Amino acid sequence: MSDDRDDKNSNGPRQLQAGVTLANRYAIQEVIGIGGMGSVYRARDMHFPNVTKLVAVKEMINTAPDPLVRETIVQNFEREANLLATLHHPSIPRIYDYFSIESRSYLVLEFIHGKDLEAVINEAKTFLLEAQVLSWSVELCDVLDYLHKHKPDPIIFRDMKPSNVMINNNGDVMLVDFGIAKTFQSGIKGTMIGTEGYSPPEQYRGEATPSADIYALGATIHHALSRRDPRLEPPFSFAERPMRRINPAISAEMEAVVNMALEYSPESRFRTAADMKQALTTVARKTGALVRMAGPQTGPVNTGSIKPLWTFKCEDEIRGTPTIFQGTLYVGSYDNNLYALNAADGKFQWKYPTEGGVVSRPAIADGNIFFGSEDKRLHVVSVRSGKVTWTYYTDGPIRSSPRIAEGHIFIGSDDRYLHAINLNTGRMVWRFETADAIRATPFVTNNLVYVGSESGDYYAVDFRGELKWRFHAKRSITSSTVGTDQALYFTSVDSMLYSLDPRNGWVLWRFRLGKPSISTPCLMDDLIFVGAADGFIYAVEARSSKEIWRFRTEHQVNGSPIIYKDSLYCGSVDGNLYCLEYRTGRLRWKFGTEAAITGTPLAYDDIVYVGSNDHQVYALLA
Amino acid sequence: MDKLFRWLFGNRQQPEVKTQDMVNTAPLSEQQLHAIVSSQNPRFELQQLIASCGQSVGKQRELNEDSLLALTTTMAGNSGNMPFGLYVVADGMGGHQFGEVASNAAIRSVAGYVVKKFHPYLFNIKSETVEESFQEIMQAAVSEAQRAIQKEAQGSGTTLTAALVVGQQITVAHVGDSRAYFIYPDGRVEPITRDHSLVKRLEELGHITPEEAANYPHRNVLYRALGQGEILDPDIFTVGFPQPGYLMICSDGLWGVITEQDLVRSINEAPNLQRACQNLVNAANAAGGPDNISVILVQLIG
Repeated sequence: MSDDRDDKNSNGPRQLQAGVTLANRYAIQEVIGIGGMGSVYRARDMHFPNVTKLVAVKEMINTAPDPLVRETIVQNFEREANLLATLHHPSIPRIYDYFSIESRSYLVLEFIHGKDLEAVINEAKTFLLEAQVLSWSVELCDVLDYLHKHKPDPIIFRDMKPSNVMINNNGDVMLVDFGIAKTFQSGIKGTMIGTEGYSPPEQYRGEATPSADIYALGATIHHALSRRDPRLEPPFSFAERPMRRINPAISAEMEAVVNMALEYSPESRFRTAADMKQALTTVARKTGALVRMAGPQTGPVNTGSIKPLWTFKCEDEIRGTPTIFQGTLYVGSYDNNLYALNAADGKFQWKYPTEGGVVSRPAIADGNIFFGSEDKRLHVVSVRSGKVTWTYYTDGPIRSSPRIAEGHIFIGSDDRYLHAINLNTGRMVWRFETADAIRATPFVTNNLVYVGSESGDYYAVDFRGELKWRFHAKRSITSSTVGTDQALYFTSVDSMLYSLDPRNGWVLWRFRLGKPSISTPCLMDDLIFVGAADGFIYAVEARSSKEIWRFRTEHQVNGSPIIYKDSLYCGSVDGNLYCLEYRTGRLRWKFGTEAAITGTPLAYDDIVYVGSNDHQVYALLA
Repeated sequence: MDKLFRWLFGNRQQPEVKTQDMVNTAPLSEQQLHAIVSSQNPRFELQQLIASCGQSVGKQRELNEDSLLALTTTMAGNSGNMPFGLYVVADGMGGHQFGEVASNAAIRSVAGYVVKKFHPYLFNIKSETVEESFQEIMQAAVSEAQRAIQKEAQGSGTTLTAALVVGQQITVAHVGDSRAYFIYPDGRVEPITRDHSLVKRLEELGHITPEEAANYPHRNVLYRALGQGEILDPDIFTVGFPQPGYLMICSDGLWGVITEQDLVRSINEAPNLQRACQNLVNAANAAGGPDNISVILVQLIG
């Protein structure tokens, strides 16, 4: 009972402090691992006062309030101790001692100088070398073979995974944690011994055979070489992510061995660990992997020489996004002009001069084109003649794009106001004051206007210009919003992709991007695509906020992706327009311009249009 | 001025909402509820959740290892009241592994965590929203439950299907093979969770057919459960509340036993949610009641 109360008052069971001596013999130095039932410590064995003999002390704290549960747990721990005591192999730590103190039990084991394979994988900046993984795998086959040949009964390890493989300072492997190498218990519901992701299908049914360890070794090698943690993937899905597609440096021979170990039915796998070792050493001989330590690091080359259908050169950078209407492409330039070009051949039709850079996306309604300029004005120009219809003045440069809805134009300005302007008269209906410049494009749904501001505030304003609710991000919101009537999506310079409830502004989820973002998300089939300053284009599931894929460009992604048919198009500050398969993120092609692309491409009638800071508009075949 | 707006924005007069005079009374009487259920298109001025639940040990088990929680209220705020609900079903792993301890611990810690998070919004007036997202709160609640089970019932495990309703959004956290469904008035039954069971995974991979799955000997085996494994990766997602329709959460003692037709009939023939839950439990017991039965039905009206 007193135990019970202790546990409630503390944040989990207490760890032993450095300096504590257990059983009058083992001086605790530090925690080297934390498991589900206690910690693992490095300790010094004080029976050897003249030399420093280090040991690993594995602790099991019995926190279960129920006496029956407690008993089962102690039995399991004793089983591990007894099992280890019967084993002698260079890859299995020796056991020195075993004792219990109150609700804690301790195993004293050989101390291994080194770290576990999971840490090795996580700390590596790139893929581990095949040759290195191969030599560890051979040693693991060796120790599995030893366990499987154990007399009188074979021992099934049952929990082969990177965190149970220690790599010592000599580069040799040690198998640790024999905690579940034990008889299999079958409950009424859901016996699941072994670790999700590494265990074979039959292990979930309660069958444990040497073949299960072979599968788990295959899974461990797959993780080590592909860097994809199987615990984060659906079970038995290795075939869906072939190692060589993720890491092309892996030899076909190695992949074949791993695939065979990961065969669905046990009969199709290697019959014994010795057979698998044989196959691995054959790979080593064939690829020379054990001799040549560095494999070639070549990626797939998908970039053909793509020729634009046409190009058009302005007098300054194109930072904004084009619009198309009735065969004409409209695009603003930093040279202060709005250009009208023939979408089919790029022929110049007319240009309309303003007195500031045009960096946004024009909108079209009722035969007029609407666009803001850094000259503080919203310009409205007839699409046919290219002549002014009316202009509207704000008190700051306009970098926000106009949104036309319900007979009104909604546009933000650096003057900190969200302006609502009558579409026909050009007169202000209201303006709504925010805390800072508005560079995002307003979004309209559910009879509300949504817009973010450079202050990090995000506003929902009704059609009378009155605030419905407000949300605050940690940094500015330059990204525009996309959404449905269920959710609003936008990014912030605080490095988050947000999903908000449009009715009340509660955060449904946040997805952390690698760096700040000003890229507006793009929505398709329950997927959200967005770029960030870390150079990645991300695909995130709208319901669950799970990352589906990410694609790396060579520089910031400030523009927005678009989806056309089954491709995603997105520019990068590295100057390329990328075309990816949108479901998988695989590169189809890329097209290099001569300077950064910061705007969003436009796709229409199988043609992709994009502006670049090299002053040119490009038309490419989609 | 008003005229000007009307002229600017078009004549957007709200249609006169016909509301019955008992709309604001709570709790609603059986007759009122009956009127809601039987009326084809109930109109309520205020959005509100109604919920009911049912449980049974079943006909073949001695122990109830399921746990259930249903919490329904509104969040009073400056800009009106918002429906708030938390609905959880947990089905503990059977046998000598102390499933009831695990499912109990799961319910307590999830509900405790979520209610603590929303406490300032339920019982104080705050204009700012919570910093964490619904999904982050549910994720943290599940991690809390995972820790609690590892402490109170090491080696044991439980399923967990929890739905947090705020406004019209449902955020679900799900591990194992209890299920959440949307049930529409036209009889469509749509599971919104995916079982983390061996049999479902084999079916997904095409190793067995749905018919084989129905008779698979290891139908109870899970590959993911609360309390098991060191990395727990619950399914967490947000969806809109079906309107009109029901959210149903249940353990496999219900969905594994009765057919979709029985399910829809049990609900449609009931005068209210309470009776619907009773009907569902009775149907599962009539079909043999091989396992513990837990069910929650929730409706968002208005």
